[in-house]
Amino acid sequence: MRWTCAARGTDRVLTVEHLSVSFVTRMGTTRAVDDISFTVQPGKITAIIGESGSGKSVACYSLLGLIPQPPGRIDGGRALFQGRDLLQLSATELRKIRGRDIAMVFQDPMTCLNPYMTVGKQLMEPLLYHKKVSRAQARKRALELLEEVGIREPASTIDNYPHQFSGGMRQRVMIAMALINEPKLLIADEPTTALDVTIQAQILDLLASIQKKRAIGVLFVSHDLAVVADIADQIVVMQAGRIVETGNRDDIFRNAQHPYTRKLLQAIPRGGKAEELPASEALVEVRNLCTWFDQGAEAVKAVNDVSFDIHRGEVLGLVGESGSGKSTIGRSILRLLPITAGQVIFGGTDVTALAGRELKNLRRKMQIIFQDPFASLNPRMTVYDALAEPLLLHGIESRSTVAASVLRLMDDVGLARTYVRKYPHEFSGGQRQRIAIGRALATRPEFVVADEPVSALDVTIQAQILELLRELGREYGLTLLFISHDLAVVRQLADRIVVLHQGKVVEQARTRDLFERPQHAYTRQLLESIPGRSLLAMDA
Amino acid sequence: MWRFVGSRLLQAIPVLLVVITVTFFLVRVAPGGPFASEKAVIPEVKAALEAQYGLNLPLYQQYTAYLGDLSRGDLGPSFKYPGRSVNELIAAGFPVTAELALYALLVALGIGGIAGVVAALRPNTAQDYISMSAAMIGICMPSLLLGPLLILIFGVYLEWLPVSGWGDIPGDKILPSITLGSAYAAYIARLSRAGMLEVMSQDYIRTARAKGLPEWQVVVRHALRGGMIPVVAFLGPAFAGLLSGSFVVETIFQIPGLGRFYVQAAFNRDYTMILGSTVFLAVLIVLFNLLSDIIAAWMNPRLRSQFGEH
Amino acid sequence: MTTPALTDIAQAEQGTSLWQDAWLRLRRNRLAVCGLAVLVCFILIALLTPWIAPYGYAQQNLELGAAPPSAAHWLGTDIFGRDLLTQIMFGGRISLAVGFIATAVALLIGVTWGAIAGYAGGRVDAVMMRLVDILYALPFMIFIVLLMVVFGRNMLLLFLAIGAVEWLTMARIMRAQVQALRQQEFVEAAISLGLSPAAIIRRHLIPNALGPIIVYTTLTIPSVMLLEAFLSFLGLGVQPPQTSWGLLISYGAETLEEYPWLLLYPGLALTLTLFSLNFLGDGLRDALDVRGARD
Repeated sequence: MRWTCAARGTDRVLTVEHLSVSFVTRMGTTRAVDDISFTVQPGKITAIIGESGSGKSVACYSLLGLIPQPPGRIDGGRALFQGRDLLQLSATELRKIRGRDIAMVFQDPMTCLNPYMTVGKQLMEPLLYHKKVSRAQARKRALELLEEVGIREPASTIDNYPHQFSGGMRQRVMIAMALINEPKLLIADEPTTALDVTIQAQILDLLASIQKKRAIGVLFVSHDLAVVADIADQIVVMQAGRIVETGNRDDIFRNAQHPYTRKLLQAIPRGGKAEELPASEALVEVRNLCTWFDQGAEAVKAVNDVSFDIHRGEVLGLVGESGSGKSTIGRSILRLLPITAGQVIFGGTDVTALAGRELKNLRRKMQIIFQDPFASLNPRMTVYDALAEPLLLHGIESRSTVAASVLRLMDDVGLARTYVRKYPHEFSGGQRQRIAIGRALATRPEFVVADEPVSALDVTIQAQILELLRELGREYGLTLLFISHDLAVVRQLADRIVVLHQGKVVEQARTRDLFERPQHAYTRQLLESIPGRSLLAMDA
Repeated sequence: MWRFVGSRLLQAIPVLLVVITVTFFLVRVAPGGPFASEKAVIPEVKAALEAQYGLNLPLYQQYTAYLGDLSRGDLGPSFKYPGRSVNELIAAGFPVTAELALYALLVALGIGGIAGVVAALRPNTAQDYISMSAAMIGICMPSLLLGPLLILIFGVYLEWLPVSGWGDIPGDKILPSITLGSAYAAYIARLSRAGMLEVMSQDYIRTARAKGLPEWQVVVRHALRGGMIPVVAFLGPAFAGLLSGSFVVETIFQIPGLGRFYVQAAFNRDYTMILGSTVFLAVLIVLFNLLSDIIAAWMNPRLRSQFGEH
Repeated sequence: MTTPALTDIAQAEQGTSLWQDAWLRLRRNRLAVCGLAVLVCFILIALLTPWIAPYGYAQQNLELGAAPPSAAHWLGTDIFGRDLLTQIMFGGRISLAVGFIATAVALLIGVTWGAIAGYAGGRVDAVMMRLVDILYALPFMIFIVLLMVVFGRNMLLLFLAIGAVEWLTMARIMRAQVQALRQQEFVEAAISLGLSPAAIIRRHLIPNALGPIIVYTTLTIPSVMLLEAFLSFLGLGVQPPQTSWGLLISYGAETLEEYPWLLLYPGLALTLTLFSLNFLGDGLRDALDVRGARD
């Protein structure tokens, strides 16, 4: 294999060979990383792609001695960086490389900055620690870098605390912090996963431009092939601790060899629904809906004068970034949140005033699927209890007949019947989401709100759950409000799309029209931010 | 920030008023007047005494009179020590109790804080287990047992340290301070361990390590502040506990502090003294709770800026 | 909920509930298991004391006086020649009773208060918790001393007074639990299924809030017993002829130079109980930690 031959001089920043890492616990030893080899070249981006548990992060952290040992244990291999094997260095020697020659950017900028320290102090820290510079010089350098990564007026914000910055700005600060010592290698661990799509696009652009300009080698870890499609030079695909395929970007995207890589590629949401439904009568009419939250003196206008229809039998996509009010709308329609003003008309009745028995009957007809499959199931109820509850509550089945229905429901959502007595914590995320879907469909509702139902799941699982939703939607004759931040996902399912921005509808259109002829500037920005633009270009 | 302090101070006023009122009426409705225990008091003398202390007035007049005196900082005369005012008694006893509480707090913070941090730095190792077992002993060994045991060991068998008094013989402050502080040392050890463990698992600690900072700098510069917030917030309640806990320790070591006066007053039904010390301690405790809340909030920039905005 | 159709599935796998999980974890914690064993022993002894005590409770032997442990008196005798083991056994009944009953009082008030505040939210919650905050700021030890003075040393009052102090933390914990759970999506799902508030509390909130409540209850008992010991030590708690560990310790402390066993054995009994409860509580906390279980 070509990458196993020794590093030749300068064309490689990092050469990892046969790296193996285990975790030793009382339960036994697990191989988290199994004999992997890859390289990073200066000025190039090597992307490691894998789903959760594939060992991609462990591999990177182990290079820098950032996994706790024990329970972690490096079993073998080499990691050559500037002629030295990182795995053989003492803790002190490694520390001198960390933050100086090799820097890191992490996933969640909200938690990665010390909330008790000003941004400036944190930024200067690596410089002050690794290089002999004065405080004034360090501060000057910090200001320059903040400017470079796109923080406006750095001089007035450098002494602010992290909570005074938005998520995207914090990630820019993290990048500045990583760059401050002009490292040779940058390890970026899912640096955009926690960000909104438009911010993600900006951060990816920033990373790519900075890396080109400085000829830094970048190791980019991600679960999402689409995200790296535009920026990666080399792609390494990992599954269950092993590398299943390595290649340059075009090879991987055009000519993937391994079935798992192909599966990942297929899971990238692409294209739209084959046929879009013709318009029919409205099942749900949302009229001038306002949902405000009291927060101190001022009300937060989460949803402000929103109107749209959901037609019977269609899938309506509700798209917006965090804080756009999309989840609030879903919950307002379902009467899970008190609304401030407006009407929600369901099947001809205004549901905003219903109470008691009428409300209970309404609830039978409309259900919700949540984002987080961990939080949406009661940890102390078995699958059986969770699925039987709605059936018994609404008198659809009696205690003696309910079991058969529960099992049918499990069949429908693709869960093995033998799991019927198990508890949520014994299932994977995807399986839990199936349980949650089963619970929502138990009463055979006419209308279901799916609130980001796949965004907490691994990509391959996402594709399965979307497929399941599509099938069940047909089978149960559902009308679906599909809420998501991800236009590419929505496009696959939705007949029509409503775009939200800061609590208001900015555009609504049929899916194809929206993608082909976006009217509003914000919609265009969203469309341009969909990761994997070059991929789509490749398709075309 | 000042709005926060001001509003908390305003909230403290009703609290104190409730304390004063409840205590006042509780004490007044108690069976057995202050002079009941005195044998064969001639009715005329008793009446004269009651008139002197205003006990013959209707209850509400006594109450308003008391509030009036209180607003001038006058806690009234002691019923049991003729000629001495409650203010004088508190002035005599409180400095001793405060000193004891302060030393105990230092013991608690010093031992507890260090033990907790040390345990948290290497969780689930011998270092951790030993520190936390010691803390467990501190929690489970009540001062009423620890005090006599320390006396037995260091005073009686080893004859190293004096076993009673306060400030009379050098070293007589050591055992009481340790006795009073040990339980709080244990609590603080557990609090700071939990706080540090929580912080050390945060992402920003990983960031600090990724910068290449040595571990001690990671701990001191990045972890300590967040990890100690729960401890700081606990200092107010701890102080309240130390003041109340000093009753027992002062009794064991025969220390002439406020706690002993209070217990004696309780036995003697010295109404004004009970009332006065309760009010005094309540004010102190409310103030200290406020203070530790403010410091804990100040340590958190997010809260600090919120206060600033309001 | 076994039904005919379910039993038909031959190879239905048995799930492990979080309670079973917790129990398995607790059993692996040696200290907690020891604590539990000691506790069960002490409770059994306390219940059976009138029948198994080696001597009568009031039985004196003035000629013997205070004697060190011997074959006849395993733990020695006090200055009246009363058997110390018997005294400790009877004292334990009171100490444990105070611990359990006062904790039950605290549990009842605290859980109800916290659950209502947490579920109602809004203004109700604000007022209720404001009250708790106010009470928190009061110097409670002082208040209990005051109560004991004013109303005499009444056992029932002692239970109530201590319970009245300890419920505050219980209420806070319960409220925090309920609030956290209310925001969980499974509770929203239950609302959207149309469950009544009562059913949501019963089926979804209580089973999930139980863990922390159990843990905290286990940790409240020792602090209550300690309070009782404090009061008795000061002479403001249990009154002779009744006795408790706190009272025995205070007698022992008076004569510790001459008769150290009079301090040591009651002290040992109290400490052992406190240890057991604390270890059990800690063990339960680790075992019931749902977050830890997921990792």
